[in-house]
Amino acid sequence: MSANLSALFYLISGILFILALRGLSSPETSRQGNYFGISGMAIAILVTFLSLGNFGLGFIYVLIFLTVGGLVGAFIAFKIPMTAMPELVAGFHSLVGLAAVFVAISAFLKPEAFGLGVSGNIKLASLIEMSLGAAIGAITFSGSIIAFLKLRGIMSGAPITFRGQHFINLILGLAIILLIYYLCITQSSNIFWSIVLLSFILGILLIVPIGGADMPVVISMLNSYSGWAAAGIGFTLENSALIITGALVGSSGAILSYIMCKGMNRSFFNVILGGWGATDQTLKSSSEEQKPVKSGNADDAAFLMKNASSVIIVPGYGMAVAQAQHALREMVDSLKKNGVKVSYAIHPVAGRMPGHMNVLLAEANVPYDEVFELEEINNDFANCDVAYVIGANDVTNPVAKSDPQSPIYGMPVLDVEKSKSVLFVKRSLSPGYAGIDNDLFYRDNTLMLFSDAKKMTEEIVKSL
Amino acid sequence: MEIDPFIFRLSIFILSIFVGYYVVWSVTPSLHTPLMSVTNAISSVIIVGAIIAALAGSSEKVFETANIFGFLAIILAAVNIFGGFLVTQRMLQMYKKKKK
Repeated sequence: MSANLSALFYLISGILFILALRGLSSPETSRQGNYFGISGMAIAILVTFLSLGNFGLGFIYVLIFLTVGGLVGAFIAFKIPMTAMPELVAGFHSLVGLAAVFVAISAFLKPEAFGLGVSGNIKLASLIEMSLGAAIGAITFSGSIIAFLKLRGIMSGAPITFRGQHFINLILGLAIILLIYYLCITQSSNIFWSIVLLSFILGILLIVPIGGADMPVVISMLNSYSGWAAAGIGFTLENSALIITGALVGSSGAILSYIMCKGMNRSFFNVILGGWGATDQTLKSSSEEQKPVKSGNADDAAFLMKNASSVIIVPGYGMAVAQAQHALREMVDSLKKNGVKVSYAIHPVAGRMPGHMNVLLAEANVPYDEVFELEEINNDFANCDVAYVIGANDVTNPVAKSDPQSPIYGMPVLDVEKSKSVLFVKRSLSPGYAGIDNDLFYRDNTLMLFSDAKKMTEEIVKSL
Repeated sequence: MEIDPFIFRLSIFILSIFVGYYVVWSVTPSLHTPLMSVTNAISSVIIVGAIIAALAGSSEKVFETANIFGFLAIILAAVNIFGGFLVTQRMLQMYKKKKK
């Protein structure tokens, strides 16, 4: 296959990838979009085989490795529970990052095969592109591994900070840039390996200080990085499919990070430079005094909701941890039988990754047209009888609107307190991730349900 | 003077960033998780580079160092391609409308 023809086919697969993302603008078109993506990938792989024209022993091995990897991937895709989606995505990002590093290494060791010159005398532009690809890929890899370990609970979700952390990161970043400069002058393989090594270390150090609830930003950011790494390799290989895809993925991740940061009213740098959980708690003393709290049981909750005309459900990360989504759907089903109007309100940063709550509710067969985003539903709380908060905390805290001293001041929150009564399912009165007390607990219209999210919801189902 | 082909690639890159920007903003927030898994799957098109790396060089020697890195990259990318698209498909199957 001629180089021009294959370039055209790569362009087609790039366009199919654009259509794959376009499909996600609504659930109806999304499945079709996924097929576009799959065809784009198939075209890219076939064209690569045809343009290389090497169908010898190596080709057989390629097919074997492709099948092995494919089977592993398919196995994971079918077996993974929906609650584990954040760590799965983090894990997958690490694979893309590492693949980018490997391709860059291979291109550095054998530039002839890629048409980039000969070893020791690689074209300057290619050298810059491949070392950038390798560096970003390595950062993506080790950063995603840390994110994966934190999400999986193998590593503590608490931010790990030490003095001079940001200074070290800055030095490492500058060192990598300097080494790329020297690589271009000397073409030394030792320098190339040092770049890869330093980038691995930088990736770890970048993610370590970021706390558990900031993971939505981290995952989106690593998503973006994996795209830029792919684009870097795309420039090296002069391949438009990779360049287009890298740009798409890079901007997609960047936009998601932006949406997540906005959902917390924090700047990107504020999140990246280490989180809330690590800051000293000056507010503790003021909340020491015992404030009266009303608490109730499942029967009280069932009674309140059965007699309501509308109920809004506010799910959060706690619902995912307790795997309460199915019990919740059952509860809603019996409420609907009683003629209660039920909808769901999702805060942009609820859960551990963008859209986390939506997937869990979809898994429990909740129709997506009953699920609303913050801006769509926030005005409805004033007319609603009961708000059922399950596993969410900081995103409902009215303090974000009233107290300029609060660390979460200005963060968009769900106006849960405006509903006639609030049912708050929580194990204890302990503060959420931001480390601040939730004013909502002490309101007159709040009834605390102290229990595990799943257990409480199941009990409510029984007494309905 | 002739234009360096790099400039053309750069143009594709920058235009694609703009396309990505507008396309991703139109993605409905409830599908943000499938968006992440599908972008993950498509970024594994890096397998193109892995295949070139694996098949580089003479056909007698299949496992030179450069090739081995290629083969490793193929496995990683293949896990991602199949895992990414299939898990996206699995998620998208769950998004259903209210039964009327």
